[in-house]
Amino acid sequence: MIKRLKVSLVGNPNSGKSTLFNRLTGLNQKIANFPGVTVEKKTGSMTINSGDGFDYQIDITDLPGTYSLYPKTLEEQIPFQVLCDPTNESHPDVTVIIADGTNLKRSLFLCSQIVDLKSPAILVVNMMDQVTKSGVEINFIRLSKELGIPVIPMNARDGDGIDFLKKAIISKITVPENDFIDTALFAPEVVQSIRQSVKLNSNYVAFQIANNIDQISFFNDRQERRAQIKEILNRHGFDHSIMQASETLKRYEVISLLVKQVVKAKNAIPSKEKTFTKKLDNLLMHRFWGYFIFLAILFVIFQAVFAWAAWPMEMVDEAFTWMSIKVHDAIPEGVFNDLLVEGILAGLGGVVIFIPQIVLLFTFIAILEDTGYMARVSFMMDKLLRRFGLNGRSVIPLISGVACAVPAILSARTIASWKERLITILVTPLMSCSARLPVYALLISLVVPDHKYLGIIGLQGLVLFALYLIGFIAAMGSALLMKFLVKAKERSYFIMEIPVYRMPRWKNIGYTIVEKVRVFIFEAGKVIVAISVVLWVLSSSGPGAAFKDVKSQLETADPADTQLQNHLAAEKLRLSYAGITGRAIEPIIEPLGFDWKIGIALITSFAAREVFVGTMSTIYSVGGSDEDIATVREKMMAEKNDKTGLPQYNLAVGWSLMLFYAFAMQCMSTMAVVRRETGSWKWPLIQFAFMGVLAYISSFIIFRILS
Amino acid sequence: MQGDFKKLSEIKLGESAVIESFTDDTMKLKLLEMGCLPGEVVTVTRFAPFGDPMAIAVADSMLSLRMSEAANVLVSVRS
Ligand SMILES: Nc1nc2c(ncn2[C@@H]2O[C@H](COP(=O)(O)OP(=O)(O)OP(=O)(O)O)[C@@H](O)[C@H]2O)c(=O)[nH]1
Ligand SMILES: [Mg+2]
Repeated sequence: MIKRLKVSLVGNPNSGKSTLFNRLTGLNQKIANFPGVTVEKKTGSMTINSGDGFDYQIDITDLPGTYSLYPKTLEEQIPFQVLCDPTNESHPDVTVIIADGTNLKRSLFLCSQIVDLKSPAILVVNMMDQVTKSGVEINFIRLSKELGIPVIPMNARDGDGIDFLKKAIISKITVPENDFIDTALFAPEVVQSIRQSVKLNSNYVAFQIANNIDQISFFNDRQERRAQIKEILNRHGFDHSIMQASETLKRYEVISLLVKQVVKAKNAIPSKEKTFTKKLDNLLMHRFWGYFIFLAILFVIFQAVFAWAAWPMEMVDEAFTWMSIKVHDAIPEGVFNDLLVEGILAGLGGVVIFIPQIVLLFTFIAILEDTGYMARVSFMMDKLLRRFGLNGRSVIPLISGVACAVPAILSARTIASWKERLITILVTPLMSCSARLPVYALLISLVVPDHKYLGIIGLQGLVLFALYLIGFIAAMGSALLMKFLVKAKERSYFIMEIPVYRMPRWKNIGYTIVEKVRVFIFEAGKVIVAISVVLWVLSSSGPGAAFKDVKSQLETADPADTQLQNHLAAEKLRLSYAGITGRAIEPIIEPLGFDWKIGIALITSFAAREVFVGTMSTIYSVGGSDEDIATVREKMMAEKNDKTGLPQYNLAVGWSLMLFYAFAMQCMSTMAVVRRETGSWKWPLIQFAFMGVLAYISSFIIFRILS
Repeated sequence: MQGDFKKLSEIKLGESAVIESFTDDTMKLKLLEMGCLPGEVVTVTRFAPFGDPMAIAVADSMLSLRMSEAANVLVSVRS
């Protein structure tokens, strides 16, 4: 027989909830060493065999961290809604509370609130390895008795204690008998009146409702109920902040006594982690060296991404060329062959080749996050970023925006002030993400000579670095502008916990990278294949007699006369549907130095930037007729401007295009996530327009200057 | 000891003080739930490069807060 159970993991930020979640479900939630990694709820499942004929199918929900049941930031709303709204789809049958054993007092605060909700709960005391190392002993039996719920010691990193937890989850858990503290004492009439009007488990649930009446989504469909309760609150002059403060103080008073009874610091040595952290911080957070080291780390990352990735990239390139030739030879000549080889394979190759660089970039970011260094960078940058209307916590979105803007924008949830969060969301897409890398690299190889300075520093690498820097400067400049335009309602905060340093978990980082690369290839691949096919159809068919005429001329033309062939193929493309569209927008983009062929690429890469390479290769293989497989780069190199007869991709056009891709919002996924995070289409549309104008003006100026 | 309250933002690097009270309600709730309780000893462990924000050691954790936030926390210096 199968029984189903719903379990939620709640606890303070950075206490190891996601680590435990991954252990239990075998999934791969992001883990890192700073508070606020998980900002969305995520559900997974596991089965537990009880040994007496029952199989338990357990749905486990990993939640963002929170310090209390009084949410203060957006991500803290989620555990609150799940626990305090009985109609929530993830409302648990069993709540598993994860405490950080090295910070038991604060963890017990949230725990005691959940105990008072009077629903089945288990306390997991995590980080036991560190607790033991620092010579501290915890009396779990006593703790369990006092709280009235099962308590399980755990080391989620290594998996010690997992089996006990599984057993506890499927055992019959009774709700705690006694209140941890009786909150009715603070507001007796209010608690009583609420309990009379709604059926509730405990006094504390009533007290919770009184404090959070506007936030509990349960009352969204029960507005008359909400009004009724608000009336009760008004009548008794219920003051939220006094009530919450009294509750907090009372809880900590009881917890202090409890901790004295159950925690024995036998030979309390300051834990190795803490001493080590202090020493390392003296260096890494030093007034001067702190910044210097941060810049040095960034520089090393960029150099490494371009130097170390060169060799594997060549291998990928060769593998793709080899494959293209094989496929080209294996399938009969014709439209289908061209589509497969020169549209899809070339488009995919243009993206796949960047995997080595993306892997390196992601690895470095993951290491910075998993050691705990990112929290330090936030700390050091807060004052600087505040001048630009941002927050120290904006560091994480900005840096992870170099990989991809979508998760970066989600991570801005931990910023408590709406204005700072909004500005962070609006400027993050200006950071050069990994989808721009293929575009930059192709264009740089076309227009920037391969000079070397001092033997090691390459000019092409420098230009690439400059493009990233330009993206960052644009982000900061725009932030400054928005700081004056966006009206602020609330004050901003920077109260954040700084974790101890931890050794990164290589296996965890490895899994994360594999997962990210898989998603990248898969997502990019889908779009590229789809757009290649559509583009192929649109560029090899066209309206009217003129197109038909050229097409039949091309078919009957003398194969030996390559000049005529090329001329006819180009004419055919010009008259095709794609060509017509490109020519329609040509007047708008001509001032930037772009012709209608680039116009087609701009349209196709509206949905995703990395489509650029595939589009270019499709266009140039339809537009030319040479039989040998030249790379996109060679084809673009050979392209002549219709009017001047000089190479089309000169320095001016190259830079103009690069700046356009650096600034323009060409990513549907980013727009969708901005809409979700800001709640309306207003901001993504403003962002789209702003970035578009910025891109147009910058390209226009650079094109004028260079040509 | 009485009457000698200072703002947390006025405490020097490396010095300790005892939390007494808060002058701002929102900040108070946020700090209380993170374990900054009246009676707890705080030690100023670090200032960011431009002197703001500051890092404090309180209970078992290290917290960062801005000077403007620390100005809302009244402390007494132990003699
Ligand atoms: N030493 C030790 N470290 C642990 C243990 N469990 C988790 N960690 C580390 O603690 C850090 C935080 O772990 P996460 O699982 O991301 O914590 P979380 O509770 O999901 O954090 P948020 O999502 O930010 O709320 C990571 O660096 C983990 O490797 C443990 O039992 N012992
Ligand atoms: Mg997490």
